[in-house]
Amino acid sequence: MSPLRKKRLYTLLLLLSGVGLATFLLLQAFSENMMFYFSTSEVQQGKAPQGRDFRLGGLVVNGTVQRDPTSLKVRFDLTDGAANVTVEYNGILPDLFREGQGIIANGRLNAEGIFMAHEVLAKHDENYMPPEVADSLKQAAKNVPQPQQATP
Amino acid sequence: MIVEIGHFALILGLAFAMVLASVPLLGVQQRQPLWMELARTAAVGQFALLGLAFACLIYAFIQDDFSVKYVAANSNSQLPLIYKISATWGAHEGSLLLWALILTLWTLAAALFAKQLPPTLKARLLSVLGWIAAGFILFILITSNPFERLLEVPQEGRSLNPLLQDIGLAIHPPMLYMGYVGMAVAFAFAVAVLMEGKMENAWAHWAQTWTLIAWAFLTLGIALGSWWAYYELGWGGWWFWDPVENASLLPWIVATALIHSLAITAKRGSFQAWSLLLAILAFGLSLLGTFLVRSGVLTSVHAFTSDPSRGVFILVFLVVIVGAALLLFSARAHLVTQQRAFKPLSKETLLLLNNVLLMAMMATVLLGTLYPLILDALGIAKLSVGAPYFNSVIVPLTVPLALLMGLGFAAHWRESRAGGLLKQLWPVLLVSALLAFVLPLLLLPDLQGWAVVGLFMSAWIALSALQWLWQNRAATNSTGRVQRRRILGAVLAHIGFAVTLAGITVTSLYSIEKDLRLAPGESYSIGDTRFQFVGVIQKQEHNYLASEGTIKVYANNQWLTDLHPQKRTYLSQAMPMTEAGIDAQLSRDLFVALGEKLDGAAWSLRIQYKPLIRWIWLGAILMALGGLLALPSGRQRRKESAA
Repeated sequence: MSPLRKKRLYTLLLLLSGVGLATFLLLQAFSENMMFYFSTSEVQQGKAPQGRDFRLGGLVVNGTVQRDPTSLKVRFDLTDGAANVTVEYNGILPDLFREGQGIIANGRLNAEGIFMAHEVLAKHDENYMPPEVADSLKQAAKNVPQPQQATP
Repeated sequence: MIVEIGHFALILGLAFAMVLASVPLLGVQQRQPLWMELARTAAVGQFALLGLAFACLIYAFIQDDFSVKYVAANSNSQLPLIYKISATWGAHEGSLLLWALILTLWTLAAALFAKQLPPTLKARLLSVLGWIAAGFILFILITSNPFERLLEVPQEGRSLNPLLQDIGLAIHPPMLYMGYVGMAVAFAFAVAVLMEGKMENAWAHWAQTWTLIAWAFLTLGIALGSWWAYYELGWGGWWFWDPVENASLLPWIVATALIHSLAITAKRGSFQAWSLLLAILAFGLSLLGTFLVRSGVLTSVHAFTSDPSRGVFILVFLVVIVGAALLLFSARAHLVTQQRAFKPLSKETLLLLNNVLLMAMMATVLLGTLYPLILDALGIAKLSVGAPYFNSVIVPLTVPLALLMGLGFAAHWRESRAGGLLKQLWPVLLVSALLAFVLPLLLLPDLQGWAVVGLFMSAWIALSALQWLWQNRAATNSTGRVQRRRILGAVLAHIGFAVTLAGITVTSLYSIEKDLRLAPGESYSIGDTRFQFVGVIQKQEHNYLASEGTIKVYANNQWLTDLHPQKRTYLSQAMPMTEAGIDAQLSRDLFVALGEKLDGAAWSLRIQYKPLIRWIWLGAILMALGGLLALPSGRQRRKESAA
């Protein structure tokens, strides 16, 4: 092989290994940080993963919001109309968090089946319903025989 | 009446765009110089008509003409005048009209300042811009007409989303659009060159100038959006890897690569095909961004309505325009390529490697943004990837990017010797390493590995840029103004990047963020800084009610300032909003936001200490200034075109 060709080959190899490394990093990071969405019914049925973060969506059930009097700890139930899951969160809730509102929480289940949220999201619009939550409500309403109370 | 004039001007504008899209092209084919020159007239007319249409819409907003559906949905008689005007582009229809207006402005500018291009290339380039304008105006008229009237005129408008009632957001979209849409010029250039079937290196200079202007605006637009999110959303973050943010970052990354690739083409006459491909890609990603933001596939502050027909139109438009350009590229790219030999260690190689790294970053962001959307659209799964994904890929890629940037300054075109590079760069290397260790030890609370890496990269880039400036001081004196401005501009832009990098490093690693519960009179301390919560009072402003907190800040027990974070409820929309209280200094921000009222008089508060966060945006301003400084001035342009 001529020196020029050799050099070209090395450049090419360097380039390819760089691209390969980048692709590896990328896919690795992607699979580690993927968060799936689950409805409260799916969590009740045990479909949600243990020991891994996921997104949980639903409506905040009326009368379930309990605040700890000395800290920012707060507990509330989420529902899709068919099943409830209790969520615990330590921090400031978003401006539009209130009972009856559709929200999404990021976090994971603990051993008692309580969803420990590290982030609670509510969209900045009073009429807004996260599309995932709207879907879950529709899905749950289909599976439950008695008609659900429509939320205004 | 005024509204109808606006509507009519828009339709007439479409007619002009269609003339621009067809006649000059025919002129090239039929060798009719007059037809080709019609492009200029059409560009002027097109801009004037779109300007008229836009002015009419602004007029309808100022006059509170709620018989116009778009005005009724997005304005309100109580709105301050400045926000009535900015409400014009506050939602879907108006912002598309602004998009089209800015496109016609770029087209006009290209028509007036393209004297160094041959007439056929110029005619083709303007025609391609005409296609894009025609497509967009058609889109506005069919799916998103801002001049639509209501049969029943409401008494009062629904008002502008309170989040958008802010000066930062009033200027953010026009800036961003100047950048987005400016990529259309480079795109049209690429397509015109491919039609022409040959490329001269001097043309690369022309394309680089236009890309630089668009890039500078895009940089400012992105920085403005980041700054706005920081003080307005109440979270104290400056970048969220939100799909809409990513949509603006994608064309920025490609444009950055394009500027450097065009520099090689202009200087050394290689990489023509690569430059053209990047130009097509940059505008393609701008269109993709427009699609993502405007189609309603995303749910964010920016996505106002979801109307599938709009999304489909933009998607089809995107596929047709970019698809056609790529087909042309694959058929004719070989006509424009030239090979100039360069050694494995040379400025060319280093720039090429950085182009590859930038493309890897682009692919990372694109995958993280689009993959969840595609899976959802196909009904396979609902998933999302958060900031950890983007950070864990982008951060490691930035390290080699920064190292190569420093080397790139020192390396020679065609061939460099490793020994020579080392000999030249070892002082820079030494000083950078020293700074990276000493600065955190002196100024930061502890020494963290990534801080050393980040600060080393910043110092390395800035110092090697300055060394390059020093070496070229002779050249800057003798080879005239153009060269000098280019060198100064490049150095300034790279120092800006180093400043942003330092800001990102220190803010990310050393910010202190605390959510806590405080009753009036209680305090919380971060280091020597004590925040004392005084209490919350109610206030009534022109169009909102506010709960305003007072927090006294003490540094070493000396009173420093009072912060007044607010929780606002706008009268027209029962929607609470958080306004943070910020004490800004170059070295650090103190940030306080009100959470919610708890029992008694206690509130939840978010208190943050953010070192060097201003550097992130300051660096962006330097980058944009550097980009604009590198432009040739009016006199030089005339000289170049005469030559």
